[in-house]
Amino acid sequence: MKPAERLKIPPTSMPEQDPKERIHNVREVPLGYTPEMAMVEAQRCLQCKTPFCIEGCPVGIDIPGFIRAIEQGDFSEGVRVLKQKNLLPAVCGRVCPQEEQCQAVCVIGKAKKDPTKAVMIGKLEMFLADWERKQGELATPPEVRKTGKKVAVVGGGPAGLTVAGDLIKYGHDVTVYEAFHKAGGVLVYGIPEFRLPKAIVQAEVDYLEKLGVKFRYNFIVGKTAPVAKIVEENDAVFIGTGAGLPRFMHVEGENLLGVLSANEYLTRANLMKAYSFPQSDTPIVNGRTVITVGGGNVAMDCARTALRMGAERSLIVYRRAEEQMPARLEEIHHAREEGVEFHLLNNPVRLTGNDKGWITGAELIRMELGKPDASGRRRPIAIEGSEYVMETDILIVAIGNSPNPLVPSSYPELDVTNWGGVIVNEVTGQTSVPGVFAGGDIVLGAATVILAMGHGRRAARAMNLYLSSGRWTDLEDSLELCRAEVR
Amino acid sequence: MHRILYKETLGPDVTLYRLHAPDVAAYREPGQFVLIRICDEGERIPITLADVDRDEGSITLIIQSVGKTTLKLAQMEIGDSIPDIAGPLGKATHIEMVGHVLCVGGGIGTAPLYPVAKAMKDAGNEVTSILGARSENLLILEDRMRAVSDKVVITTDDGSKGKKGLVTDAISELVEQGAKFDQCICMGPPIMMKFVCLLTKKLGIPTVVSLNPIMVDGTGMCGGCRVTVGGKTKFACVDGPEFDGHEVDFDEMMARLNTYRNEEKISLERYSDETGCRLEASLKGGAK
Ligand SMILES: Cc1cc2nc3c(=O)[nH]c(=O)nc-3n(C[C@H](O)[C@H](O)[C@H](O)COP(=O)(O)OP(=O)(O)OC[C@H]3O[C@@H](n4cnc5c(N)ncnc54)[C@H](O)[C@@H]3O)c2cc1C
Ligand SMILES: Cc1cc2nc3c(=O)[nH]c(=O)nc-3n(C[C@H](O)[C@H](O)[C@H](O)COP(=O)(O)OP(=O)(O)OC[C@H]3O[C@@H](n4cnc5c(N)ncnc54)[C@H](O)[C@@H]3O)c2cc1C
Ligand code: SF4
Ligand code: SF4
Ligand code: FES
Repeated sequence: MKPAERLKIPPTSMPEQDPKERIHNVREVPLGYTPEMAMVEAQRCLQCKTPFCIEGCPVGIDIPGFIRAIEQGDFSEGVRVLKQKNLLPAVCGRVCPQEEQCQAVCVIGKAKKDPTKAVMIGKLEMFLADWERKQGELATPPEVRKTGKKVAVVGGGPAGLTVAGDLIKYGHDVTVYEAFHKAGGVLVYGIPEFRLPKAIVQAEVDYLEKLGVKFRYNFIVGKTAPVAKIVEENDAVFIGTGAGLPRFMHVEGENLLGVLSANEYLTRANLMKAYSFPQSDTPIVNGRTVITVGGGNVAMDCARTALRMGAERSLIVYRRAEEQMPARLEEIHHAREEGVEFHLLNNPVRLTGNDKGWITGAELIRMELGKPDASGRRRPIAIEGSEYVMETDILIVAIGNSPNPLVPSSYPELDVTNWGGVIVNEVTGQTSVPGVFAGGDIVLGAATVILAMGHGRRAARAMNLYLSSGRWTDLEDSLELCRAEVR
Repeated sequence: MHRILYKETLGPDVTLYRLHAPDVAAYREPGQFVLIRICDEGERIPITLADVDRDEGSITLIIQSVGKTTLKLAQMEIGDSIPDIAGPLGKATHIEMVGHVLCVGGGIGTAPLYPVAKAMKDAGNEVTSILGARSENLLILEDRMRAVSDKVVITTDDGSKGKKGLVTDAISELVEQGAKFDQCICMGPPIMMKFVCLLTKKLGIPTVVSLNPIMVDGTGMCGGCRVTVGGKTKFACVDGPEFDGHEVDFDEMMARLNTYRNEEKISLERYSDETGCRLEASLKGGAK
């Protein structure tokens, strides 16, 4: 097929549950491509000589490679290419901010001046991963020789799972310590079922278990056992405890009943399955009107969950404008379709309550955009005298999370930044403590799944080198050296 | 899985359990708690570690049945297992030789109080304990508290045992008789802690309370357990559960405990209808 013909093919939209129906269930919104749809979409890729898309992917997946395999109908080859770089494609295909990464730089998107018209790289990735899962049990790779080295992975989120998956294949003895009763981190307690079915995450965890990774649940490192003991008893340790510390707004009335953090709301709804209360025991607050404060994926997840919990009105209140919202475009689009109302350039200054202590309203102030701030985004400035009250039954604070302080605070040997992020060597993930590596949100602050995985990948390679050579200094150089050898 | 090794009824709706949980027992200190989940669809509930036995690899929990989860647990027998116990969580009690310690326990609050009183006694303190309950049959752990206290005063609302009256009356009386306390530790229903703190503040006795707000994760991740202490927001699960009682906003905490009142009622009624299991307290209420 000629490039001009390929360019003429319109983007293949993925079938989705009807918005009116889906707000009454928690099932996944996109329904997936059929093989035929995937093959048509794959034809849109120009197989560029210099594929910019690869540069746009934080883990450098051979994107034209797996798309070519789809076009040829060789899905297992596609899976093979994909999995060389990405251990969790079923997850990333669904949750990566593609319009800022791979699809942002795809030439098709550039030609059409719209990243949403780029080759649907994420959707193709989702298709391949789902296809593989439907084939039944994944084959386990042949047994590798055991090295006898013991590794502890602290935290079972995407960063930790990636490290575990890589190191078990190198033959090390890997144990994941997880604070909750399930592994997956934000993928199970934060991101809702309708966006990422939990069965997908569970399948990945089951697979790691089959490879020999041990999981110790309900084990809070720093509490159940001191961090120092875990460090002593293992040949290497990876810390991937995420950004679990919720930020609050520090406005009057924030401790009223019915005001809760996104973490609490989503943990109740997802991990604890409050959506099926009273079949499940964990309750959740419900109300006719729910305000969610924030503009990221977390805020969209809360606002859309609120609809599924029965809210009649679900509102997003965000202090900047739509262009500055950090959420994925698809989430904003889905939220709009479902009827979430957006109150942009608004910020709560005070919350009001009744005599029982329940929230009744939020006093909002209108904002305008000023000069760009340190983040490069235009700074929101309050318009004095523009305050007004918006009535509400529930208010969810989704304005961000900071690195989880539990491990660093109980282990002062670990150097952290002034905002609590663990300091690491960017190439190797080495921390200030020999033998201890870190990655993911505990290093970056609240970031993305694919960056957490990328960190896990890099750390795993450095850890393997450290375990086999015993060298801690100049690990970075040795890593460069062996990478050169591989090439 | 954590097997129930031993189970004993301490009073109406109050049960002591010894469970197999060697990981939790290994590093636990007095004042800490666990989060337990008793079945797959179950809720996570916080319970104080009343005791541990490292040789046996067991923990002791003393639990009052007040709702679905605690009632359902009470139906389980020795040999049964519960899937999840996470901990130990929270800060350990600051144990120190201060001189004369006044331990005040109300109702089920005596369960978390016991390990602290014991540790205070072991640290060389003189320990006076006041145990309060609505009526005699609701008093728990009296023998154990006697074993770690130099003096024990009992108060009941109805006068069925010890002095008729409230624990605050007993504190005032001891102080009037000339007792000098260097420190008070108070654990019980929030309303009791509130009034004990108002009194000890007047009397100038530093007072530690153990707060019991609603928790989900217990690791500082959700902020559901937030309480106001000294005008600042604290997460009870990681900053506490013990705080300076004179600084705690009890009214706010009591209000927040009501957040899920309706849902809790639905859960309990549904469970009672399905299984026929009821709280003894509500049975009595129904007979009235
Ligand atoms: C609601 C929500 C929606 C999001 N949506 C997206 C999205 O659409 N796309 C995207 O790319 N990213 C999204 N993110 C961000 C993404 O989920 C995170 O960047 C990613 O999960 C970070 O991975 P991690 O492994 O570093 O940490 P986490 O996923 O946070 O996992 C950390 C794990 O460590 C455990 N842990 C913590 N402390 C301890 C301890 N002391 N001992 C043992 N275990 C411990 C935790 O229980 C948890 O399981 C979202 C985040 C949230 C909260
Ligand atoms: C740090 C801490 C230590 C505790 N130690 C003990 C103990 O040693 N023995 C004991 O009997 N009880 C203890 N509690 C209280 C115990 O957690 C509740 O009684 C229990 O959660 C009730 O659950 P339920 O499903 O049976 O009742 P529900 O019907 O769900 O609730 C009944 C009442 O219990 C409280 N409650 C409900 N859910 C929670 C929750 N997730 N977290 C905290 N409180 C809740 C509320 O006040 C509620 O009104 C402790 C609480 C905390 C925070
Ligand atoms: S992992 Fe994410 S960024 Fe990389 S190709 Fe897949 S969807 Fe794009
Ligand atoms: S940039 Fe776009 S068109 Fe080019 S190889 Fe990548 S996906 Fe295909
Ligand atoms: S219980 Fe979630 S932060 Fe304390």
